Amino acid sequence: MRHTWALTMSRMRLAIRNRAFLFFSLIMPIAFLFIYVGIYGKDNRQTMPYLLAEVMALTVMGSFWGLSVQLVTFREQGILRRFRITPVGASAMLASSLLSNYFLTLPTIFIEFFLARWVFHMTGLGNLAGVFVMVTAGTISFASLGLIVASVTNTMQETQIINQIIWFVFLFLSGATLPLPMLPKFVQAFSLYLPATYLVSGLQRAMMDSAGPASLGAEMISMVGCALIAFLISAQLFRWDAEAKAPRRAKLWAISAIIPFLLLGAWETANGRLRSHALNDFKSISQPSSTEPREH
Amino acid sequence: MLSTATIEVENLMKRYGDVEALRGVSFTVNEGEVFGLLGPNGAGKTSTVEILEGMRTPDSGRVRVCGLDPQSSGVEFKNVIGASLQSTALPDKMRVREALDLFGSFYPRRRGTPELLKRFGLEEKRNAFYSQLSGGQKQRLALAMAIVNEPRVIFLDEPTAGLDPQVRREIYDVIEELKKEKKTILLTTHYIEEAERLCDRVAIVDHGKVIALGTPRELKERSGAVTRITVRLAQPENNGALSNLEGVTECRTESDDYLLYSTRVPRTIVALVKHLEEQNNELVSLEISAPSLEDIFLELTGRRLRD
Repeated sequence: MRHTWALTMSRMRLAIRNRAFLFFSLIMPIAFLFIYVGIYGKDNRQTMPYLLAEVMALTVMGSFWGLSVQLVTFREQGILRRFRITPVGASAMLASSLLSNYFLTLPTIFIEFFLARWVFHMTGLGNLAGVFVMVTAGTISFASLGLIVASVTNTMQETQIINQIIWFVFLFLSGATLPLPMLPKFVQAFSLYLPATYLVSGLQRAMMDSAGPASLGAEMISMVGCALIAFLISAQLFRWDAEAKAPRRAKLWAISAIIPFLLLGAWETANGRLRSHALNDFKSISQPSSTEPREH
Repeated sequence: MLSTATIEVENLMKRYGDVEALRGVSFTVNEGEVFGLLGPNGAGKTSTVEILEGMRTPDSGRVRVCGLDPQSSGVEFKNVIGASLQSTALPDKMRVREALDLFGSFYPRRRGTPELLKRFGLEEKRNAFYSQLSGGQKQRLALAMAIVNEPRVIFLDEPTAGLDPQVRREIYDVIEELKKEKKTILLTTHYIEEAERLCDRVAIVDHGKVIALGTPRELKERSGAVTRITVRLAQPENNGALSNLEGVTECRTESDDYLLYSTRVPRTIVALVKHLEEQNNELVSLEISAPSLEDIFLELTGRRLRD
């Protein structure tokens, strides 16, 4: 634990000194908030909780991209090799990735909340406990997916290609940019198997319906389950050295990290709960008569 | 004898695909000894060291460092070793003192950061980012990190590779300081000067095998390598005539110099002076070079270290 904490502090310092990190993790999500509000929320203040939920989801989802790139860079530059001859284990290295990412994501979420509430005059704060658990579970879950990507790719080029594909799917098919009810039915059916959909849905419910941790159980359990599986697989597949290539079977192992979402997706397909919530939330912001977010 | 050694390597074998990197490497390193693995690139030096550091698994053979198996001893093993790796780096935006603090925090026993900064001449650079350091400063930091845990055994893989001669000499001074502390050091190098200056014993490695082992003096004495006499003459001479001088085994021309390789130096010099008098020629300069480890490597392999 001592090693994990020392590494976490060190990696936070390094991230803060990295301009690319500051741009992608702080400036870009906040820019998204301004753009979303500018486009969708200018004449309709009641859309603010909905838009903020989407922006927070984008911020949290970004974890997987940043972490995978950072770990692969460290491996390619021979930085991880130096740690290998110390008593630091793969688990400490991976846990420090998750923790540093989590602690650095929280201020951005706080700034987004602050801007939404006091600059864009968002009415109500949703259920803060619900937001907090979704942000926490989501950040750790998506960061773990990043660790998996880093574990199964051998070069930065490979990492970037996989990240682009995953990011595109998460961004456009989960409701993070285009509301889920606006997507074609077959895309909605597919989105039920994506981790990003549960993150967006959970945050929207916490913001729009004041859903607390108890009523976000399915989303939380799937995120935490995904994080646990992804962490264990990453620790098994962890490579300190760029020379050590990922075995083919590693890619199969990696797929098992999405098992919680396949199960949840199958349940949601049968049950229709998530799509119904998404539709209600979307309708509520499309009806100008309502001025306050609905209570659940 | 094996049981008293700090490092024991027995019949180490390692293959990468079709390439046999190590073909039965064996040697021991005693406590407080500076032991050098000398050989050209690709000889198997780094593979040997990385197996000893626990970073690679041998195909077969036995390795012990302080009585511990690097593959299975985990944290206990990592606490007693320190290393400067051949290809490694730190994050660009990590400060010098932060690197020493961080790496020191991983160990139960550690040297203080101020002490290390002072000892390795990095005090002025304590707040500099890693990316702002010169090659020599990065190497000094790597050496400081290698001893941050007060290790019993230090592995230095090509510690001066790619550095200019002046910086290389600075690094030699640092390693000589460690030698005075009676640390057991295993270093790999392809610089003859480094092996001769720093090592108590040297194993010459080529094509994955130890082809000679001993102190630099023993290796020179044991070898049939000849002494080189470099002479410059007032007028050109016939190579054939110089080759026939007593004790000379070979004569070569290198720009204006004649290189005479002799097994009986005093007799060769007397014969040379007589010959020049007979030819009404004069000696402009004369230099005698004892056989170096480079000569020994050449004698053993037929190649130069940098070939």
